[in-house]
Amino acid sequence: MDYTQQLFEQMFGAEWGATVYLLVKNVFYIFAIVVPLLLAVAYLTFAERKIIAYMQIRVGPNRVTFFGIPWLRGWGQPIADAVKAIMKEIIIPTGANKFLFLLAPILTIAPALAAWAVVPFSPELVLADINAGLLYILAMTSLGVYGVIIAGWASNSKYAFLGSMRSAAQVVSYELAMGFALVCVLMMSESLNLGDIVKGQQGESFLNWYLIPLFPMFLVYFISGVAETNRAPFDVAEGESEIVAGFHVDYSGMAFTVFFLAEYANMILVATLTSIMFLGGWLPPVNIAPFTLIPGIVWLLLKIAFMLFFFLWFRATFPRYRYDQIMRLGWKIFIPITLIWIVLLGGLMQLPESTRELFPLNLWFY
Amino acid sequence: MNFQDFIFYFFSGVLVLSALGVITLRNPVYAALLLVLAFFTSAGIWLLLEAEFLAITLVLVYVGAVMVLFLFVVMMLDINLERLREGFWKWFPFGTLLALVLAIEIGMVLMGGQFNLDNMPIPPSHEISYSNTKELGRLIYTEYVYAFELAAVILLVAMVAAIALTLRYRTDKKSTNPSKQVAVKRDDRLRIISMPSENKE
Repeated sequence: MDYTQQLFEQMFGAEWGATVYLLVKNVFYIFAIVVPLLLAVAYLTFAERKIIAYMQIRVGPNRVTFFGIPWLRGWGQPIADAVKAIMKEIIIPTGANKFLFLLAPILTIAPALAAWAVVPFSPELVLADINAGLLYILAMTSLGVYGVIIAGWASNSKYAFLGSMRSAAQVVSYELAMGFALVCVLMMSESLNLGDIVKGQQGESFLNWYLIPLFPMFLVYFISGVAETNRAPFDVAEGESEIVAGFHVDYSGMAFTVFFLAEYANMILVATLTSIMFLGGWLPPVNIAPFTLIPGIVWLLLKIAFMLFFFLWFRATFPRYRYDQIMRLGWKIFIPITLIWIVLLGGLMQLPESTRELFPLNLWFY
Repeated sequence: MNFQDFIFYFFSGVLVLSALGVITLRNPVYAALLLVLAFFTSAGIWLLLEAEFLAITLVLVYVGAVMVLFLFVVMMLDINLERLREGFWKWFPFGTLLALVLAIEIGMVLMGGQFNLDNMPIPPSHEISYSNTKELGRLIYTEYVYAFELAAVILLVAMVAAIALTLRYRTDKKSTNPSKQVAVKRDDRLRIISMPSENKE
């Protein structure tokens, strides 16, 4: 690596060489995160179709294969879908605001990818190890709603507009509960850095994970995450039985696919954050020999896959919420629960050391 | 000029242009979106000052929540530009007066010597373990706790007032009551009578 830096310093001069080297290095790292992420998104759509199919006693996609290999039947489906989407025409409706219409999908996918900058994959493997990582994640996920609102307005269609209005109100409401749940996590770990949050859960076994003392917060965070990504049973923004396809009813081809990609990238992000903040990130469940030999990133990927399974399971299980029920769940149930838990947690943290030792609280508090 | 200067001038340029756009553009949706851009770039400038908590909170609160609701309302408005421009010349002298007062005030602040480099030196850069959030939290909850609580109470009053102003009970409203529906017995709805069967004549 030093050799590469010297090379850049010779090319651009001593002052700019280091900066250009840093830029090139970071762009390389960004690609190393985004390319596997997009592949994972492609195969998540395949997993979704297969898993929901088996839950409904169907087979799911089982035709497209690679080079005619029989045991890979179905595995070529995401690639075929991507090729189909690229070939299709992007239709811009008459009366649509052309600039904003095309800007909206970009505004949806950009924050979904940008949030990955601070996600730690293992103790060393993180692109930007910043102090306020948790806040950064919250800020980025709250930006995703702009794409939806702008798409609905720029389409110049009533159905699309209704979908975007629903989505805006829903996302803003659930962000509050989500933020309060994360306040509990940062009270436990006393840090906003995601790496430190995982390190705060280190111990002998999974009993040290924040899942156990913060179990209600885990539920609130994950359900709010499902609502925030507009997934079933909270997918009123799409609501295909009521408002056709909601905010992206007028989109076609690649413009639609970008919305689709962003939705799945957001799902993976929520699953990753849940694993990092409540399920111990890269930590093995028990700190003994066969488990500690497996590298941390494998544990993280396993936990992400486990949480993603819930997203698909929810979709196959629950009917869509009515709009007023969504609002009631967000404002009247989740926010009071989180507020009570914050007060409770603050009280526990203020207990004197000797009282804490009577309970098994020392597992989580330093 | 090093890289940080370049970033500063880039963000400042974008900020000034987008702020100009907010007040000059005809389409209010464009204006609102440019205001979002202005918030975002000013957050970037704050990051250069190592005020990461304030910067990200600006994005989180203003861009993520306040402006979403702003756009929400602006998009639902029926914008008639002719009617918007009607009162322009009538209010022009008043607007100019306000602008003049603002300009004089800004001039007095900036030229009064309070903001030159002697009084306000470039803040020292901190070591990597320095946490902006922790320092801010410590100050807010110890030294400035009364001011902080006061601000919270004022916000609460505003919230209660907003709800009290907009809440109206409608008497002509019809809605279902699920618990009543579930509690219904057969005898509440259905009356079984015995009667002789009718004959066709």
